[in-house]
Amino acid sequence: MTTALLQLTHVTKSFGAVCALKGVSFDLQAVEVHALVGENGAGKSTLIKVITGAHQPDTGTIEIAGQPVCHLTPAAAHKLGIACIYQQPALFPDLTVAENIALRLEPATAVRRVQWPHRRARAAQLLRRIGASIAPDAVVRGLSMPEQQLVEIACALGASARILIMDEPTSSLTEQEQHRLFAIVRDLRASGAGVIYISHRLEEIFAIADRVTVLRDGESVGTRVVGRSRGDEALTEKSEIRNSKSQIEQSLLTSAATISEAELIKLMVGREVSHLYPPAESAPGDVVLSLKNVGCAASGVKNVTLDVRAGETVGIAGLVGAGRTELARVLFGVTPADTGEILLNGQRVTVRSPAEAVGLGIAYVPEDRRRHGVILEMPIAANMTMASHRRIFPRNWLRFGAERQLALDYLRALDVESNGPDTLVVHLSGGNQQKVALARWLATNPKLLILDEPTQGVDVGAKSEIHKIIRRLAKDGLAVLMMSSDLPEVLGMSDRVAVMRGGTIIAMLAGKSDAHEVMAAAFGQAC
Amino acid sequence: MPKETRNPKLEPQPDAAASDFGVRPSFGFRNSTFGFFHRHSRELSVAAALGLLLLFLAVAAPAFYQPQPLLSLLTREAPALVVACGMALVIIGRQIDISVGSQFAACSVCAGLLTAMNWPLALVLPASVALGASMGALNGALVAGLRLPSIVVTLATMVAWREGLRWLRQGQFVNLPDGVQWFGLSQTTGQQTLIIVALVLLVLMAVAMQHIAAGRFVYAVGSDAEAARLAGIRPQRVTFSTFVLLGAFVGLAAMMNVVQSPQVDPNSGAGLELKAIAAVVVGGVAISGGRGSLWGTCVGLLLLACVNPALTHLHVEAYWEKAMQGSVILLAVVADGLRTRKER
Repeated sequence: MTTALLQLTHVTKSFGAVCALKGVSFDLQAVEVHALVGENGAGKSTLIKVITGAHQPDTGTIEIAGQPVCHLTPAAAHKLGIACIYQQPALFPDLTVAENIALRLEPATAVRRVQWPHRRARAAQLLRRIGASIAPDAVVRGLSMPEQQLVEIACALGASARILIMDEPTSSLTEQEQHRLFAIVRDLRASGAGVIYISHRLEEIFAIADRVTVLRDGESVGTRVVGRSRGDEALTEKSEIRNSKSQIEQSLLTSAATISEAELIKLMVGREVSHLYPPAESAPGDVVLSLKNVGCAASGVKNVTLDVRAGETVGIAGLVGAGRTELARVLFGVTPADTGEILLNGQRVTVRSPAEAVGLGIAYVPEDRRRHGVILEMPIAANMTMASHRRIFPRNWLRFGAERQLALDYLRALDVESNGPDTLVVHLSGGNQQKVALARWLATNPKLLILDEPTQGVDVGAKSEIHKIIRRLAKDGLAVLMMSSDLPEVLGMSDRVAVMRGGTIIAMLAGKSDAHEVMAAAFGQAC
Repeated sequence: MPKETRNPKLEPQPDAAASDFGVRPSFGFRNSTFGFFHRHSRELSVAAALGLLLLFLAVAAPAFYQPQPLLSLLTREAPALVVACGMALVIIGRQIDISVGSQFAACSVCAGLLTAMNWPLALVLPASVALGASMGALNGALVAGLRLPSIVVTLATMVAWREGLRWLRQGQFVNLPDGVQWFGLSQTTGQQTLIIVALVLLVLMAVAMQHIAAGRFVYAVGSDAEAARLAGIRPQRVTFSTFVLLGAFVGLAAMMNVVQSPQVDPNSGAGLELKAIAAVVVGGVAISGGRGSLWGTCVGLLLLACVNPALTHLHVEAYWEKAMQGSVILLAVVADGLRTRKER
């Protein structure tokens, strides 16, 4: 067996107490497309950052073409022929295509003569090679997302990258563009490069990948050869590629069997849904929130139809970019809906701003708690009354006694560990900050509570406390809409689970459904 | 009003209280006097610096404490205090306004012309305030409405008002009729009135910033406009209001300046923006918004105002005055930067 282009052995990486990679081994061969899949937070992006030198692994070794590499930096990775194309192209929007390509490829010397004709000719040549009809003098800002991605690929090509990493390259492409991208990827593979291909779309993996590695909770749970069950052979491939590929397949087939879609999903979900979630005690009451074909062009939410009843917790599952947070922001008026109807307690309402949403009794605990959920430099008490001044101080005069009392009540009811209501929120732990954010919205006495990632970055103990609080709120008749990437949490806490994909709800499942079912729907597979 | 400060939904449940929601001991003693000193340490350190300076003057230059020069000093600073109050609001809200000097000149000339036309002072004052407020509203609309950076917007309006005024008046002074200076009162009474007006405004604004929801919204918007918006506050409205308020204060300050002399200089207010911003920054307001108080601003202004007479009394050459003021500002900013870094 030939030496691998890239070989990672037992790589670990932790951020503080969070262990993102727990001894992952991974290899990439020449003339291969190796897919990397896993749930949100499985460690894919950390692994990529280790390969591109953005993160240093804590332990483990990296070998590139058989040579061990220590202290990999982005610049060193670039020199070794590693290129990465991110989901969002990282180009300079105000420069031209040729300038962007030159910035990546020309030596980074500040004082030297720029040879413009050469620059343009090289850009034109690279773009031609990937079959892109983009003018080298076009300004990047004016290009569409797929065109920008093509420019990124041209850069990688120009750097004669031997290891090309593509992080969800098709998320913004149409089907036709996707086919062209695949053709380019196959060409690259034929020229001897190795491609690491990350995608949330299983059909793509079966269309393009030779092997697939599944990551789960920072561990590699298996590498399998991808079976060609989806008729990929029908797509034109040069015979010599097939030859070299089949060599690899043969060498690999000895160690692993081919995989089916169902098997892949099973590998990704793997774990048992935890039974630690408190049982639901409430019987759903009247419909509080009713959405009819709600959409917002600006944020990509479309055709969402959903009911949430009093006392009910509806979970919204889906992959990153499926539109969960976007839906929450539409409901809260951050990016107001432009189509469809929102009914609150049977009344048709328009929510054009968060201020209006608060007035209507909608509460939203946002995703990025440290930045948006609380104001770190303010004391707990001020944070808790921030959204409900009108209700608590009807005469527009802040009574600090009343405020303290309210804060003390919530500190006690939500069991927040603090030095009292005057403590600055910045001095609290993540879980306690989240409880303060929650208290702020409970103080508004809402009808509908939208929780976006309520337990992200919260330790296990605080997590289960927050779950208990959510349960009790539902029991008291609040309608709860909970967005979460944490699949066990969604399944454990929700009466019903709506699965989102591409900005809309594609499946409505019962709360105690199977994790596989949810993942299958989220990955766009027919149930 | 019914006392509806508690959310009935969250009263601890009798059954749950014992197990899951038991009271955890909280350490209340930290919120006593120590907490006060800790929270206001910025203001207190500036106040300590002022105290030291005053003490030093008492020993080295007792002449500083003669009543009449002291009264004159405070009277000169009264308009600046009014402007600094407004400026503190704008800076706490994470914006800045460098056009206040030009606004001040425009309001002064306008007030001067109106009094020269024999308008009663009771009408000239609202007119000046209204002119200032509308100039502030223009700044506010451009900053909050179009979301332009405030430094650029107010740089443009600063030049526009100043040059417009120069073109309009050709540098001519406005002669005021008799009975306008010191509101027709004796000089001492007039001076005292101005100082009292400035102090009353300071106290009103400082209390309002603490006790009115709108004041707290300014801090919230200054800390993080997006976080404030997600709490149901309308940040654009808050920003706009702070600019309008600052403009109105500038109008009032201009009026307080006009009555101090028999003529109105069309170049008055030159450097006022620097003075106001310096007072705010020295007084412990974070230039990045969200922190600080009006009390600190007042102390900062007094500290800067005392530097000049201190140097005069110590027979230091006048050239050093600006250099000393600059050093005080630099010192304040550096101290704040070091502190913020330590807190992180």
